[in-house]
Amino acid sequence: MTEDRRNEQQRHPWGEFFIESAIKTCGFSAIIFVVLIFSFLFREGAPAFWSVSPSNLFGTRWYPTFGLYGTLPLILGSLLVTVGAVIIALPLGVATAIFVGEVAPHWLREVLKPLIEVLAGIPSVVLGFLGMVALSPLVRQYLHMPTGLTAFTGAVLLAYMSLPTIVSVAEDAIDAVPKEYRDAAYALGATHWQTIWRVVLPAAKSGVIVAVMLGIGRAIGETMTVMMVTGNAARMPLEWNALFMPVRTMTATIAAEMGEVAQGSTHYHVLFAVGIILFVITFIINAVASLVIIRGGPKRGGRLLG
Amino acid sequence: MISRQTSQKIAFTLLTLAAFVVVVPIVLVVGYIVVQGAGAISWEFLTAMPREGMREGGILPAVVGTVVLTFGTAIVAMPIGIGAAIYLAEYARDTWLTRLIRLAIINLAGIPSVVYGLFGLGLFVLFLNFGTSILAGSLTLGLLTLPVVISTAEGAILSVPQSFRVVSISLGGTRWQTIRHQVLPHALPGIITGVILGLERAAGETAPILFTVAAFYLPRLPHSILDQTMALPYHLYVISTQVPGMPVEVQFGTALVLLILVLSFNVIATIIRSHFRRLRQW
Repeated sequence: MTEDRRNEQQRHPWGEFFIESAIKTCGFSAIIFVVLIFSFLFREGAPAFWSVSPSNLFGTRWYPTFGLYGTLPLILGSLLVTVGAVIIALPLGVATAIFVGEVAPHWLREVLKPLIEVLAGIPSVVLGFLGMVALSPLVRQYLHMPTGLTAFTGAVLLAYMSLPTIVSVAEDAIDAVPKEYRDAAYALGATHWQTIWRVVLPAAKSGVIVAVMLGIGRAIGETMTVMMVTGNAARMPLEWNALFMPVRTMTATIAAEMGEVAQGSTHYHVLFAVGIILFVITFIINAVASLVIIRGGPKRGGRLLG
Repeated sequence: MISRQTSQKIAFTLLTLAAFVVVVPIVLVVGYIVVQGAGAISWEFLTAMPREGMREGGILPAVVGTVVLTFGTAIVAMPIGIGAAIYLAEYARDTWLTRLIRLAIINLAGIPSVVYGLFGLGLFVLFLNFGTSILAGSLTLGLLTLPVVISTAEGAILSVPQSFRVVSISLGGTRWQTIRHQVLPHALPGIITGVILGLERAAGETAPILFTVAAFYLPRLPHSILDQTMALPYHLYVISTQVPGMPVEVQFGTALVLLILVLSFNVIATIIRSHFRRLRQW
């Protein structure tokens, strides 16, 4: 630093004060934004709760043109697709994390990790498009369905979309298990696999649970893919084969209908109310997950989002 | 009873299998789009206005729209995100308030993109009366990108060795001088990487721009930040679901352009990261 600039800065301590205040404001911005997001959702969505009767709002029929705003089929639709996605992604994601973190040779790890990062980068609309033109014909053909646009098709794509999150967070958790644990297991004569299964995984358990929760959060909030491949039929998914029928999720409903409603209409407010339900669900999932993370130290939390 | 060695073999085979079930479709997906879309890409496709209800001509306004929105996102997310990261890494003590900030950041990262879209509609488009505009879309995408920028920038700042700060302070530097002249220059590559990865996500998002900026069909370039614009992700959605009789080649071509644009962010970030990792002196 030159002498001149230093003198200048010392003569203007208020400049430094100004910058540090700005930085502090930025620091608190995250809290401000979360509050702001909730209050605007509430402002636009709350009228739905007093202009539509609860039995209608939580009913089983979603026909907005007839004044029927039953959100239950949408909530169950989201739940069905998400549960399907997690059933596929959980074993695949955790197994891949173990493989990448513990078993794979160095060169293979250097190939796998960027590939999984590529998956994280593929826009959801591109996956949705491929789901329509490539996956859904396969589903229709091989599962002998009248249509390939089903909850199952959505669940498969959502599983892949949540895999990068599950793999990277679970791998961090496995990575964080102290080396001493492994050494102790080997010293007792355990094989590599026994060490992974009996020592490393139990020690990484809470991190793996966080991984799965964040994966669920990602899946339930995903919009475009689901809207493009699940057929968008707002019906109660209660049959035994509901997974292989078209469904409609909360996210797809908002995305598909918000563009067509009159601002300030009941339908408009109800769509915001669906947004509130989504916000609350993901908020709870992430709050619980982040409590686990923060308890485990800030360092581990830092890598979760990147 | 299977021997320990056999059970290890079975387990490792299954793990390998799982990893390949995860990775092979990724290669197939990218390969399929490249093969199917390459034929559609030409100079005209990239530089012409769409014609005949988007079935012919090019995708220029969508490409320009996405580039403009990405810049807008950077302008919104960078100062706030880096400021917040500096605060968390250099100023914040471990109090309940700091923990609350971290909780808020993780929750921001988890809010569904379509909910950001609703928020953008409620606050920017309607309440602040920006209308459906590039301004409203950039602000919405900027907020969505914020958590990624904050967490990666904080990581980069924290990775600057403590000794750099100690030396600067001991030479009489103030806290801000230390940050400005010692910490930030060394954390810069990491910060830039984080920003680029955040923009990668923003560029590919559709749901947040649906009601804040995206135009269904607007065959001209935007004139001001209060204009609507077409954007690549929304354009792909429109031509694959809303326009009957759309040539498949145009759909794949658009998907390929979007994929190349988004993944090039990823490549740039990787290059910066590995380049500066080699130059790093600690």
